[in-house]
Amino acid sequence: MLEQLPLYQQAILTLAALVMFTSFALLAQSRVVPMIHVFAWQGLLVAITTGLVAFDSGKHDLYISALLAVLLKALFVPWLLHRLVTRLGIDRDEHGAEHPATVLLIGALLVIFCYYVAEPISELSASVTRNTIAISMAVVLLGMLMLVSRGKAVAQVVGFMSLENGLFFAAVAATHGMPMVVELGIAFDVLVAAVIFGVFFFHIRDSIESLDVDQLNRLSESDE
Amino acid sequence: MNDWLLALLGTLLFVALAPLFAAWVKRVKCWLQNRSSPALLQPYRDLRRLFSKQVVMAETASPLFVMTPYIIAGATLLAAAVVPFIAVNLPTAAIADVIVLAGFFSLARFFLALAGMDVGTAFGGMGSSREMTIAALAEPAMLVAVFTLAMVASSTNLSTVIDQILAQGLVLRPSLLFALLGLMLVGIAETGRIPVDNPATHLELTMIHEAMVLEYSGRHLALIEWAAQIKLLIYGVLIVNIFFPWGIATHNSVTALAIGAAVVFFKLMVLGALLAVGESVLAKMRLFRVPAFLVLALTLALIGLLSHIILEVG
Repeated sequence: MLEQLPLYQQAILTLAALVMFTSFALLAQSRVVPMIHVFAWQGLLVAITTGLVAFDSGKHDLYISALLAVLLKALFVPWLLHRLVTRLGIDRDEHGAEHPATVLLIGALLVIFCYYVAEPISELSASVTRNTIAISMAVVLLGMLMLVSRGKAVAQVVGFMSLENGLFFAAVAATHGMPMVVELGIAFDVLVAAVIFGVFFFHIRDSIESLDVDQLNRLSESDE
Repeated sequence: MNDWLLALLGTLLFVALAPLFAAWVKRVKCWLQNRSSPALLQPYRDLRRLFSKQVVMAETASPLFVMTPYIIAGATLLAAAVVPFIAVNLPTAAIADVIVLAGFFSLARFFLALAGMDVGTAFGGMGSSREMTIAALAEPAMLVAVFTLAMVASSTNLSTVIDQILAQGLVLRPSLLFALLGLMLVGIAETGRIPVDNPATHLELTMIHEAMVLEYSGRHLALIEWAAQIKLLIYGVLIVNIFFPWGIATHNSVTALAIGAAVVFFKLMVLGALLAVGESVLAKMRLFRVPAFLVLALTLALIGLLSHIILEVG
């Protein structure tokens, strides 16, 4: 039961719930710059949770993961996206989903689904983070929902990155992090992905004069 | 017997203090906006003025139009009696649980919307339609937040909920955190504060609550305004006493009651100041954005419910 846990373990659970909330906030947010800010907050919350899990489990390499998460997810990638958005001149655009309320309700259903799926897994474990497996799965699926519900490239990249946050969080919650080598590899991948996405933004805009990826479905020669 | 007397006194105090809370919010708002504020007793003077004025009614008004202010005042008074203000475990708490409390609010709103349409002016109908639109979205959010509370405390009775939370001590509960946020948003929408409605304006394009009561005058208007102030205080007391119940009197000694009163005044002052800050920082949103605001409230309440099930039970 929750009230018997020490305060920092309660804090882990509360932070996990806040991470899920930032996923919903990402789904609901239609303006680009606040979206990037919410994404940065999500990274920070994931990092703090990782730090607390490290404290709880006594695994010191998790501190390095937490530090990496702060630097990469909370500072570098948001900064990069922010710079890209200003350079592309789309920092005041609306990048929302078409039916935000429906998307939010689908999101709630996804959380229930994740709970249902993760329950047998969490019964195998005795750690305090066992219940956050469902939350981290929900963050992954909510990131996917964001990918499919948005038409603009920047919002999709934010959705992808938040999906990655969910995977990282799942690793921390289920197995107290991945081996350090894997973690460093993934961190590097994310870094490279962020840079490549930036290059692609410019390419997409150059070829179709918009960042609306729905327009990629159409052949450029066909008449409108 | 003693308990009933205390409950009665508590309710009277609640009703008497409601205009003061509204005045406090207004005063902080004036400070923040660098204006000179009206006296804290101004709402009482307004009420006295309205009560002493003659009632003017439209020729088309039906008996329903006359009944409505009394129904609203009665329902709100009952709601005020149910909410634990200074002490818990009063006999009035057994009258109704928090779902009935929501029912009292719906009853008052139903009659207010009817009265808005009764006279047949354009503004009244417009206000009623807007009020019902908002209510239809705010009520599910409120109920889900209430269900979260009920699941945490295994009871829908407000007094029991507060007892449970007091007994557990300081526990960091994600569910209560989200329920608090959801209930705050619902409270803002239901009591017609910025950013959903502006209580201080009679601009025809934006008003919701004011549009419905436009035809009222004299003591009828006084009752409706007073009921609106009581409703604001009810939401305030719900928020401070359920989520931060520390200090509330759990037994009926004079010292406990005095401490309870002092603590609840302090908490309400803080909450009122927060409300004023919120109202100064935010702009009133377009009516068509209100559904998104309330869906956010519903989502917060849902996340609260889900995080209780996922994180706290297992």
